Amino acid sequence: MTTVLEKVRSGREAVGQRWHGAPRWVRWALLAAVIVFFYALPNKEFYQYLGPIPTPGANFTQVLFTVSIYVLLAVGLNIVVGFAGLLDLGYFGFFAVGAYTVAVLTSPSSDIKTLWPWLVVVPIAIGMTMVAGVALGTPTLRLRGDYLALVTLGFAEMIRIAAVSSEFLKGQRGFNQIPHPPGKYADGKPFFGVLDARPYYWLVLTLIILVVIGVRNLTHSRVGRAWISIREDEDAAQLMGVPTFKFKLWAFAAGAAVAGLAGALFAGKQNFVNSQNFELLNSIIILAAVIFGGSGNIVGAIVGGGLVAYMIERFRGIELLGIELYEYRFLFFGLVLVVMMIVRPQGLIPNRRRAAEFKDRRKEVIVGE
Amino acid sequence: MSDTEQTKAVPAQAGAPAVETVPQREPLLEVDHVTLRFGGVVALNDVDFTLYKGEILGLIGPNGAGKTTCFNAMTGIYQPTEGHIRFRGEKISGKRRHQITRMGMARTFQNIRLFPEMTALENVQVGADAHHRTSVISALFRLPRHRREEREGREKAERLLEFVGIRNRMHEFARNLSYGEQRRLEIARALATDPVLLCLDEPAAGFNPAEKEELLQLIRQIRDTGVTVLLIEHDMRLVMGVTDRIVVLEFGKKIAEGLPAEVRDNPKVIAAYLGVPDDAA
Repeated sequence: MTTVLEKVRSGREAVGQRWHGAPRWVRWALLAAVIVFFYALPNKEFYQYLGPIPTPGANFTQVLFTVSIYVLLAVGLNIVVGFAGLLDLGYFGFFAVGAYTVAVLTSPSSDIKTLWPWLVVVPIAIGMTMVAGVALGTPTLRLRGDYLALVTLGFAEMIRIAAVSSEFLKGQRGFNQIPHPPGKYADGKPFFGVLDARPYYWLVLTLIILVVIGVRNLTHSRVGRAWISIREDEDAAQLMGVPTFKFKLWAFAAGAAVAGLAGALFAGKQNFVNSQNFELLNSIIILAAVIFGGSGNIVGAIVGGGLVAYMIERFRGIELLGIELYEYRFLFFGLVLVVMMIVRPQGLIPNRRRAAEFKDRRKEVIVGE
Repeated sequence: MSDTEQTKAVPAQAGAPAVETVPQREPLLEVDHVTLRFGGVVALNDVDFTLYKGEILGLIGPNGAGKTTCFNAMTGIYQPTEGHIRFRGEKISGKRRHQITRMGMARTFQNIRLFPEMTALENVQVGADAHHRTSVISALFRLPRHRREEREGREKAERLLEFVGIRNRMHEFARNLSYGEQRRLEIARALATDPVLLCLDEPAAGFNPAEKEELLQLIRQIRDTGVTVLLIEHDMRLVMGVTDRIVVLEFGKKIAEGLPAEVRDNPKVIAAYLGVPDDAA
């Protein structure tokens, strides 16, 4: 058992080394191939050849859209948890703020009846979530560790309960007729329609790429170094001249902005937003996805978010011995997490630093025995 | 007290560059009758001394004498209960830690506190970032300021790693460096913040004699670049060898201050700290 695990471990390390050792053009070509693959994925002409990958129990393009939203959220949460090391258990609350901002400002069922177009509202939604992030962060980012986790958890619940019980936010009845993103084909049919989920998926995919470029730029700068130094040793960071509070706030705001964008995209696609969309479980799933994929690594967050969201959907429509597996999806999810904790605590594709850390810890344990 | 005593003490410092006999008497850091209480415990009791520009001041005392507490008060981690600490003429109480760093005070830690999962180079870059102004917007869009500061920070970091002698290890994670390299890295990281005053908290802890000698050289080189050095140290030979003046603490009180030779012969110090004279090292 252990030897197999060792092989898997060293095999993956070899892949990593090869990747970092490969010439630049090889890396670009591979990256381009992966991107093309994911753009092609929602076309039936393509995915019908992919064997068991398409989901049997659900429209595969719809699933892909859901998965892409989770990937975007995982990339955003990774800024907060993976880089700055701030445990945020209420990340989905920001998603809700984004979705509700769009709903309130665009839907005819809203009390204020502004009926603004979707595209105009997206930047407002992002701005609102950033404000929410700063508003939550200003009093709470002086807390550390467990306390911060509790407060963020409370924040997400506050948003959810406000959505359920506030007259202004319409509770279960929700907001309908939220406009779609703009754009028409040459024949006048809207590009973003009701039935076909592909354009939405492509839109999210494109935005994921842009967000990833942005996050990468940030992490390779003073900002990213400040975040990581805060994660590593907050006191030492302060004494080396890092304005830690400011950068923690920025981590919160940047993470919130991504969640707000995801919320706006979700609302624009679904056409309908109500209080049932924002269960606490979602926050947990995204956090699990980030940790599953490898906290502190952008690729890890993407893979984690994608796999977790996909696995949950994949169970739909599978029956085994008369049991609907979808009912037990979280049981499997939990099992996978437990196994991961034992076999690969640093996540699937960890940050190289983390990988080293865990490796050494293992050595220490072995020496200790 | 006389100059002859000082000149006697200086050549003993293993080939030190000739020190000006009278350092410039421009006060840099004033510890002005500082008392610090934690509940009923008096950690510092009316401690009063001044650090002058360009000198190497040693702060010594037996275990638990309040050296590190004093150090933490001076770097703004603790607020004095009474009294003031003035750095470059400004009171530092009420200032945030990163602001104090930007005013030109840098420090290392008794227990090494690097950023273990960052490379040596990145560790030093964090220090260099103390004076940078790149923020989210310019980093996000890679604006010219970001690129300029990034280049400057990197060059500076490489220069400092060269200076402390671990440039060949710059892409190694800090955690993978040897103990001595980590201590050097801490000094490089502190120097990257462009300090006027560098505070070293037991930088030689755990060093063998050869490493200590190298450290002495390094500290002198740092002083020669115009940085004032405050040194907390246990090792008497090191303290005697490198410092211009020494302040001795015991039970939170200053019991002596003066040239190394004076302090060494001070009966109070001998009683409190050295135990038996000449057996100190």
